[in-house]
Amino acid sequence: MSVKQFRDAIREAMVEEMRRDESIIIMGEEVAEYDGAYKVTQGMLEEFGLRRVIDTPISELGFSGIGAGAAMNGLRPIIEFMTFNFAVVGIDQILNNAAKIRYMSGGQVKFPMVFRGPNASAGQLGATHSVAYESLYAHIPGLKVMYPSEPYDAKGMLKTAIRDDDPVIFLESEQMYAMKQEVPDEEYLIPFGVGKIKREGDDVTIVAHGKMYHIAQQAAKELAKDGIEAEVIDPRCMKPFDFKMVIESIKKTNRCVIVDESHPFAGMAAEIGFVIQRDAFDYLDAPVQRVTIPDVPAPFAKNLFDLWLPGPKQVIDAVKAVTYKN
Amino acid sequence: MAIVIDMPKLSDTMEEGVIAKWNVKEGDKVSSGDIIAEVETDKATMDVEVFDDGTVLKLVASEGDSIPLGGIIAIIGDEGEDISGLLDGGSDSKSKEAPKQPKKNDSEAEEKKDDKAFDPLFGELEGEASSEEKVPNEDGGRVKASPLARKMAEEQGIDLSSVKGSGPNGRVVKADIEGFEAKAEAPKPEPKAEQKQAAKTATAPAANYEDIPINQMRKTIARRLSESMFTNPHFYETIDIDMKKAVQMRESLNAMPDVKVSFNDMVVKACAVALRRHPKINSSWLGDVIRMHKDVHIAVAVAVEDGLLTPVIRDTDRKGFAEIGNEVRVLAGKAKEKKLQPDQMEGSTFTISNLGMFGIEEFTAIINPPNACILAVGAIRDVPVIENGEVVPGKRMKVTLSSDHRVVDGALAAQFLQTLRSLLEEPMGMLL
Repeated sequence: MSVKQFRDAIREAMVEEMRRDESIIIMGEEVAEYDGAYKVTQGMLEEFGLRRVIDTPISELGFSGIGAGAAMNGLRPIIEFMTFNFAVVGIDQILNNAAKIRYMSGGQVKFPMVFRGPNASAGQLGATHSVAYESLYAHIPGLKVMYPSEPYDAKGMLKTAIRDDDPVIFLESEQMYAMKQEVPDEEYLIPFGVGKIKREGDDVTIVAHGKMYHIAQQAAKELAKDGIEAEVIDPRCMKPFDFKMVIESIKKTNRCVIVDESHPFAGMAAEIGFVIQRDAFDYLDAPVQRVTIPDVPAPFAKNLFDLWLPGPKQVIDAVKAVTYKN
Repeated sequence: MAIVIDMPKLSDTMEEGVIAKWNVKEGDKVSSGDIIAEVETDKATMDVEVFDDGTVLKLVASEGDSIPLGGIIAIIGDEGEDISGLLDGGSDSKSKEAPKQPKKNDSEAEEKKDDKAFDPLFGELEGEASSEEKVPNEDGGRVKASPLARKMAEEQGIDLSSVKGSGPNGRVVKADIEGFEAKAEAPKPEPKAEQKQAAKTATAPAANYEDIPINQMRKTIARRLSESMFTNPHFYETIDIDMKKAVQMRESLNAMPDVKVSFNDMVVKACAVALRRHPKINSSWLGDVIRMHKDVHIAVAVAVEDGLLTPVIRDTDRKGFAEIGNEVRVLAGKAKEKKLQPDQMEGSTFTISNLGMFGIEEFTAIINPPNACILAVGAIRDVPVIENGEVVPGKRMKVTLSSDHRVVDGALAAQFLQTLRSLLEEPMGMLL
């Protein structure tokens, strides 16, 4: 057990898996010679060589397609996007080829591959580089979507993703790469569709994933000062989603706030909210509330960006609304 | 400004009305008080009056159309006025709504201030219900409550409408149900203390009882009379009968050897004769038809141990006092011994219940199905009556007819009672 950064945890997962299985390769922009744009792949070229750690041109459609083809032909590629904001260029390979060909071939072709990289906003990067894509990928049948919030989770989840025979979207965050946490040295796996509860409470359930999990934790700390005990759930996996954990929590708290960095319309929060009203209807003491970015592209100006991105205050306001404390 | 005329509520139970006739056509001038249409309601055809002057711009409903309450039937206004907005706008009369508008906005603003529920896509959420008044949590009979509060109230048998909601727009929430329990339970300690004392001084009265098993007859009485009371719309009419001549006649009859006539026999005979003259009383409601019985079979209620039975005197109208008297006594005796055969209790067309012998002045009886009527007979009282301007001793008896209103109407019941009275007041007529 030692304290590791988020980026180290991801690297360890990949390195350990690549040592174990020679069919695993990694491809992406700057992953080899430059040690990765965010130093996630540092030292991997040295250990595994050019045949397994491959620098690509700036061509997401191209290397996503090469990755999909490699997966069809027996390799287990990891495709790194410098950010998922760039993955939209190659999205046809992800949504159509990787996600659907196993289904269309009647199961004859497998896609054991992982598309990974940072997701969502990371400060003043402008509208086109600040989108949270988890809702979009979770919408497509054939894709599994993971979005860890802490280094420990990231390592255990990425190993599960690499070993899976279906395409997995693995979302990270530029702003979380330096986050530190104790991570075991021995091997562990975290399965799909299992959330985590690190903070228990009786007054409200806050469901938050990725970067927003940390916003929710900050809000929960503040709320505790007012005597409101929030239970904070990180579903960790967007699809399959641990609805059972959320519903069981709401049976105890009777109230729910969902914090989601996606846009609100048809986003993760909308889907989670739907299932809650259907499966926990008789346990709800207040309408489910959500905190998301607005239905507006990210502004560049700092003052506007700070208004745009949800913080603990919005979460606290939503919790007070559902607990009738305002 | 154009005015919408909508289907008025012309009777308490009316839900829609049919335009029977328009008295005006489009383009006609009308003034306040004019009858513009006739509308058939569930009860009658009623006039529809206008309360404004103007020109009939549009008859929205045609003759024969059935329009729900509040639905537009016509529009009145100034000639040439544009009414397209009113026609699209649905049934609400806009002119009525208008003055309320500013008030609503006030309460909306107020609500936004103290309610921060916010959705990133839809904005201030509690606007959903902000057009309604702030305090009441009832919305046309519907109580606003969170699903949890609703479930808790149901489980605990709490009437939601009696709980004051503390949530937005008066929504009843978990805390209100918990608070309500606490309130309801609060006064308990006092009675408890009282109860303890009472328990010391006397044995708990509620604990001292005996359960009597329900026998078949009691079950039948319970079922049939409940059914009768709760399905037959009963009404009651009482008449006071001068029994002076009946008393005299009975005395002379009973003076003869081997003759024993009771007042009850005379009432039974009088009813039989009256039923012949008013066959509609001698009827049964069968759901799809009313059956008028051509024979008169009068049942007489007989008190027996643990209940009562109603033996039937067949063809009562064709029997004399003595015969009726004998038969009643034989059947009553059998009833008391519980030896009545089913056919001796079946087929009645009318029933008489007499409690006169107990001194009951008057009472009402529950109809014995499938009869349409039952007669409750009271005691013959010695009362002062006025005859030719002088107070003299008199003999009076009250009888009350219970009727099933599905079969018998008030006037018919009254006519039957009048006949019955005249028969008993001039009893010699029955001997003919």
